[in-house]
Amino acid sequence: MTCAESEVLLHALIDGELDAGHARQIEAHVAKCERCAAQLTSYRDMRQALRGANLRYAAPASLRRNIDRSFPSQALTNRRTFLKGLGVGGLASAAAAAGVALVSLNQESDETLVTEAVSAHLRSLQAEHLVDVLSTDRHTVKPWFNGRLDVAPPVMDLTAQGFTLIGGRLDYINGKAVAAIVYRRRGHVINLFVAQSMGSALQTPRLETVQGFNVRRWTSQGLNLLAVSDINSDELEEFGRKFEAAAGSIR
Amino acid sequence: MQFEISDRGKSERFRAAALPYLDDVYTLARYLLKNAADAEDAAQECYLRAFRHFATFRGGAIKPWLLAILRNVCRDEFARRARFSAAQTDTLNEAEPENEGLWGEASQSPETETLWRLDGETIQRLISELPTAFRETLVLREVNDLSYREIADATGVPVGTVMSRLARAREMLRTAWQAEEASA
Repeated sequence: MTCAESEVLLHALIDGELDAGHARQIEAHVAKCERCAAQLTSYRDMRQALRGANLRYAAPASLRRNIDRSFPSQALTNRRTFLKGLGVGGLASAAAAAGVALVSLNQESDETLVTEAVSAHLRSLQAEHLVDVLSTDRHTVKPWFNGRLDVAPPVMDLTAQGFTLIGGRLDYINGKAVAAIVYRRRGHVINLFVAQSMGSALQTPRLETVQGFNVRRWTSQGLNLLAVSDINSDELEEFGRKFEAAAGSIR
Repeated sequence: MQFEISDRGKSERFRAAALPYLDDVYTLARYLLKNAADAEDAAQECYLRAFRHFATFRGGAIKPWLLAILRNVCRDEFARRARFSAAQTDTLNEAEPENEGLWGEASQSPETETLWRLDGETIQRLISELPTAFRETLVLREVNDLSYREIADATGVPVGTVMSRLARAREMLRTAWQAEEASA
């Protein structure tokens, strides 16, 4: 082995990347060559000094947080990413309404129900069919459902509470007609689906996240209500409570 | 809707596999871009790209894969900087003295007595002053702890080039180190 070869290979030796045959050759060369032996010692010392020093940079906590939040497991981001993927991001922000739908809980499993409700929510945003009756006046929206459904869905004006009534539409969940009352919260749409309660009435409201959307379900006055939106769960919970409070005060 | 549910599973898998290497990614970004703010942006972009391409990740070690992506992000950043500054010549593929080939002229013998006592910050600065291709190889080896094969894959060069770059990088660092000690 020549000194020039040894010059490069001794690094591989230091790094433990040499096979036994080459390692023996280097060692044999170094045993005879003072100059290469000095090189080997020198680079070994430097390597040790490098290993002993902290040469890393710690990622700032804010960076870690930002990256962590950018993954789709967060409801908001997830939905935006998802909608962007479908090429309807613009529409979603334009439509940006929060839809709440009332659903028949009948025999369907709750899981199917929630998934269907989320699908209905998405359809409402994608098909530009958010509302059949466009009005911020609950006295216009509520009567519109007469004769279209076998229930009279509660329609509340929550403008003062920060949730603007946009209107209502007829939707279908698990093949059954339900009322969809649509609210807007800043840029976001809430679909509130309302249908007659038959099976799984809920003693207490249930908040869950499905496919990146927050869903709040509750039962009131023999009706099942299901709110779907991409607003955060705290706000959706607030929506539910404000809606209940308003409905309770009218009763 | 099914793909969205699996998307969330993917997200969890990605998070568990990739987030532990954020310090590695950020560290390489700091050495390559020499600037904390740009390094943060690059690390963030790296994770976005990595997540987007996670489906094509075929297993194995994820750290070299992430670092390869980070490197591409930095290369794009260099290209962007070059567009705004004609004087900017810093690229990851600069033609450096490696033209001399794998078996270059043997360097001078290390006659200087070196104490090998410099603090981490000073060593970081010395490494940052190395030409990019050598700096990158050295950091991937000494700081990120990648194998020659992994460095070769991440930087898109043969293992032989990794070896010659590493030898040259250490030689340059040793020279700078000795000069630093002499001036101290």
